[in-house]
Amino acid sequence: MNFEIVGVIGAGVMGVGVAQSLAQTQHQVILVDVSDQILAKAKADIRNNLRLARMLSKSPTQSSAPLGGVDEILARITFTTDYAGLKDADFVVENVTEKWEVKQPVYAQLDAVCPARCVFAADTSCFPITRLGAATHRPDRVIGMHFMNPVPQKTMVEVIRGYHTSEATIETAKAFLAGMGKECIVVNDAPGFVSNRVLMLTVNEAAYLVHEHVSTPQDIDRLFRECFGHKMGPLETADLIGLDTILYSIEVLHESFNDSKYRPCPLLKQMVDAGQLGRKSGQGFHSYLA
Amino acid sequence: MDVKLKIKQFLARYFKDYNLQDDEDIFSLGFVNSLFAMQLVMFVEQTFQIAIADEDLNIDNFRTINALSSLIQRKLVVTG
Repeated sequence: MNFEIVGVIGAGVMGVGVAQSLAQTQHQVILVDVSDQILAKAKADIRNNLRLARMLSKSPTQSSAPLGGVDEILARITFTTDYAGLKDADFVVENVTEKWEVKQPVYAQLDAVCPARCVFAADTSCFPITRLGAATHRPDRVIGMHFMNPVPQKTMVEVIRGYHTSEATIETAKAFLAGMGKECIVVNDAPGFVSNRVLMLTVNEAAYLVHEHVSTPQDIDRLFRECFGHKMGPLETADLIGLDTILYSIEVLHESFNDSKYRPCPLLKQMVDAGQLGRKSGQGFHSYLA
Repeated sequence: MDVKLKIKQFLARYFKDYNLQDDEDIFSLGFVNSLFAMQLVMFVEQTFQIAIADEDLNIDNFRTINALSSLIQRKLVVTG
């Protein structure tokens, strides 16, 4: 299978990472977003990321090092606000905001422009794939791809099979990811899939432990690192993701299952209200102020 | 040295109350992490109006004040 032209929709953190990862693995990429300002920032971000990757790679032959020069890789990406270029796309990865009112019109537009053979992959950590498939006339060719951040460095992807996703589409998705130097684990569509359903509950329960004065964030994270060999504890992971995103994800699980085991910890809500969002605000369960 | 002085002024913002030596490894002291390397690249490019090419994007060129200074001198000679 050949994926010569790949569409990437949405130039936020994840879209930028996916576009960079594709360009590094010799794909021609069409990166689409709604404004030239966002696209200019995306281009600057990708250039910086490529330069940093080059700087930190011990030798240019190292497997994580990007293939080719910075400008050569960057030249493989077309930055545009126009969907028309996607008429020849072999594969599309959608990374727009995790809201139905934003995603739905994107899928309608893609469905109208892209060739019939083209598979749409939704890069999402929580959105129901079956529902996205229903927004198109090709629900058998819609699949979920939960990429991890930073995309160029993370080689494993959680792939989600929607209700109507065909076996052929799953094989196409596997081949596509292999072409990016990545592997995948396929799971069925359910709120939070596997990774976030377990992770969010773990973070929420860890927040309860702080809330109830059972332990401190430092000690909770140390227990996970030193007893279980995790690279990061649940609360430092939450700080990295952003506590607002964590709270939003738990609320989605709570609404989806109507099960009180997903009730968000009051401390988590209060921290978000207080603007303590983790690393990005300088303060979360841990402090990041210089 | 004008070049070294400018480098030191820039780094002083990140190394408060610490007297950074010319041959000391900027990244090993715990004040900044490896992501700071990109800020150094942009500082060098903007302050000295030089372009750092792909082949010079090596962390060793940015590791110490001495290394930075010699990189900048080399580039200034080429452009100047």
